[in-house]
Amino acid sequence: MKQTLIALVEDKPGVLNRVASLFRRRNFNIESLAVGHSETPGISRMTIVTDEEEKLRRNVVRENLLKLINVIDVDDVTEQPKVVRETALIKVRADATKRAEIMNIADIYRARIVDVATESLIVEITGDSGKIKSMADLLRPFGIIEMARTGALAMTRGVVTPRDTANYAKYAANGNGSI
Amino acid sequence: MAEMKTGAEIVLECLVREGVEVMFGYPGGANLPIYDALNFYPQIHHVLTRHEQGATHAADGYARVTGKVGVAMATSGPGATNMVTGIATAKMDSSPIVCITGQVGTSAIGGDAFQETDVTGVTLPVTKHNYLVTDVKELAYTIKEAFYIARTGRPGPVLIDIPKDVQNAKCEFVYPEEPIDLPGYHPAERATDEQVARALALINAAKKPVILAGRGILLSGATRQVLEMAEKGNIPITCTLLGLGGIPASHPLNMGMMGMHGEAAANHAIQEADLLLAFGMRFDDRVTGKLATYSPNSKKIHIDIDASELNKNVRVDVAINADLKVVLEQFNGDVEAIDRAEWLGAIREWQEDSSQRDIINTDDGIFRAAQAIFDVWRFSKDNNPVVVSDVGQHQMLEAQYFKHEKPHTLVTSGGLGTMGFSLPAAIGARFGTPQEREVWVIVGDGSIQMTLMELMTAVQENSNINICILNNGYLGMVRQWQQLFYDERYAETPILSPDYIKLAEAYGVQGMRVTNRDDTFAALEEARKHNGPTLIEFVVEQHDMVYPMVPAGADLHQMIRRPAK
Ligand SMILES: Cc1ncc(C[n+]2csc(CCOP(=O)(O)OP(=O)(O)O)c2C)c(N)n1
Ligand SMILES: [Mg+2]
Repeated sequence: MKQTLIALVEDKPGVLNRVASLFRRRNFNIESLAVGHSETPGISRMTIVTDEEEKLRRNVVRENLLKLINVIDVDDVTEQPKVVRETALIKVRADATKRAEIMNIADIYRARIVDVATESLIVEITGDSGKIKSMADLLRPFGIIEMARTGALAMTRGVVTPRDTANYAKYAANGNGSI
Repeated sequence: MAEMKTGAEIVLECLVREGVEVMFGYPGGANLPIYDALNFYPQIHHVLTRHEQGATHAADGYARVTGKVGVAMATSGPGATNMVTGIATAKMDSSPIVCITGQVGTSAIGGDAFQETDVTGVTLPVTKHNYLVTDVKELAYTIKEAFYIARTGRPGPVLIDIPKDVQNAKCEFVYPEEPIDLPGYHPAERATDEQVARALALINAAKKPVILAGRGILLSGATRQVLEMAEKGNIPITCTLLGLGGIPASHPLNMGMMGMHGEAAANHAIQEADLLLAFGMRFDDRVTGKLATYSPNSKKIHIDIDASELNKNVRVDVAINADLKVVLEQFNGDVEAIDRAEWLGAIREWQEDSSQRDIINTDDGIFRAAQAIFDVWRFSKDNNPVVVSDVGQHQMLEAQYFKHEKPHTLVTSGGLGTMGFSLPAAIGARFGTPQEREVWVIVGDGSIQMTLMELMTAVQENSNINICILNNGYLGMVRQWQQLFYDERYAETPILSPDYIKLAEAYGVQGMRVTNRDDTFAALEEARKHNGPTLIEFVVEQHDMVYPMVPAGADLHQMIRRPAK
């Protein structure tokens, strides 16, 4: 199973660069990386999917991330029960004759049509990467004009150990000029 | 109301509070305000090196002998980029230094201003952490944090880039007295009880254990604990290059250095062991040889302060992320007293067998680099000197022939193997070493020419260092590889040297040349008597080799030995 990591990092300029630089120089592969705000101001959350599968190697990746000063916590959730979601926008070539067929496919995948033009449609789909891939495969014969994907977001199921993010907030207020 | 101070003054106030007495640097447009403020801080001695690389190596050398944080300073752009080699050197060898660079004004950043370089970007992969400070109010806290990060956990280089307008800006200066507390940085300390129990069980059951002592035993201050444990359990020890000195070379359990040019007996012991105790070392390829065949029958216990080193190169049975000294204290004397006579006996046999490489007894009239180095040791050992070695054959020979008895007496670039390290590092080490102890530089004719300009720094500081150049007319270590693996095609390894006596004279340094082994002691005596830098050129055999040698990628026990006579 591909490694899925959830990293909580300080929301400071350059932190994404530090993480990306680490993966490059350690020769670890990033399959996808999604970053945005977490529930706590000043703390960003990254979901990182790597191509490492073996447990000890996965731990080396995790420990390297933890070594970055601005990285607060890293959970390897690869083997944990979790919800993984990714969103894709897919622009498909579709004139009036093809529209119904495409809408049908979208329906099956619980995807939505978010834009209709004379020659194309935009389909928005959310799911795990397998679902997105399989719908994209079905749409490909119509002609995919462009596709944008967010990268996977992951969250473990149930209350695991709630992180003491309130505790991190005090640091967030304590600006100290990192890049 | 607290006093108003400029950013430049705040930098120096903070350095004073960190206990900085000496710093190494070079001025330029973007750090002029700090240099100007330096006029008012006579308690900090600034050493003007001749190149910013030298400043970083000097700070590194100072840090390695004192355990304190070394400080280097440079201007923006070329000044900062010149530091990169020194920073990378310090990173690889876990040396705590803080580099302060000037940067163009904040409003000019990103516009390719004169002497602008993205210094935090350039140094990101080679620093433990770095900062671009854009608000003078954050300066004091940042500097305190930088020192804290540099010296704690696994030490390393930290860089602070300070735009010129921040150096000039004023703010109320209140020194942050509260201890540094970072959300994402908590150096490891203790092992769990379970880890201690598992480690002890393996140790007490082992018939053929070996301790691998790395620089971590010095950084953790655990040299006494390691030795006590070894003595109680009769466990032989071998050191990495950077672990040398951590265990007295003369100690009967100390087998000497491991690895590519290590003692044959030590490498044999590693391959034959049933337990490896890796203490503060990182299984670098220069010590393991081929990983697939490395110590095939041993269980392995790895203790390191840096969790990312565990299971990185070598898979281990017990991985402990903690401070070595704390863990050894947690063992609490529960390492059993076992005589392990059979194992020690086997090692003694290997040791006797390897004495055939003993170059010091080859009385063939040829003056060899190893002999000169051995003589420097014989001459200086009672003084407990610091030796700063450079990179090449002479470095490996130093490691083999100079018997280090005390911690922090060898300063050398191990992980990065940076030629040109020794002279500037020695200038720094001199500042961190009590005057009664000598500082000897062991350097090759190639290496000295990489940072030769720092000779004038030594003169300007009247630095009492003795520079021993092993002149073999070659980039010897590369020549050795060409001889062994490239059919003796010596592409670009013959190297000319200047007339070192004249050079010394031009610099105002006492210079001597030794071409015959009989004259070494007289020259060394002369160097000792002279207060200030001295330079001795040893003109040695050009085609000598360093044996034994584990070819890159070979099994650790597949050593090329000195051909028998
Ligand atoms: C900056 C740098 N460039 C190149 C090398 C590759 N290198 C390793 S040893 C060596 C030769 C060193 O020559 P010298 O200082 O004369 O020492 P010797 O081996 O002859 O004792 C070279 C070129 C290096 N280690 N560092
Ligand atoms: Mg040479």
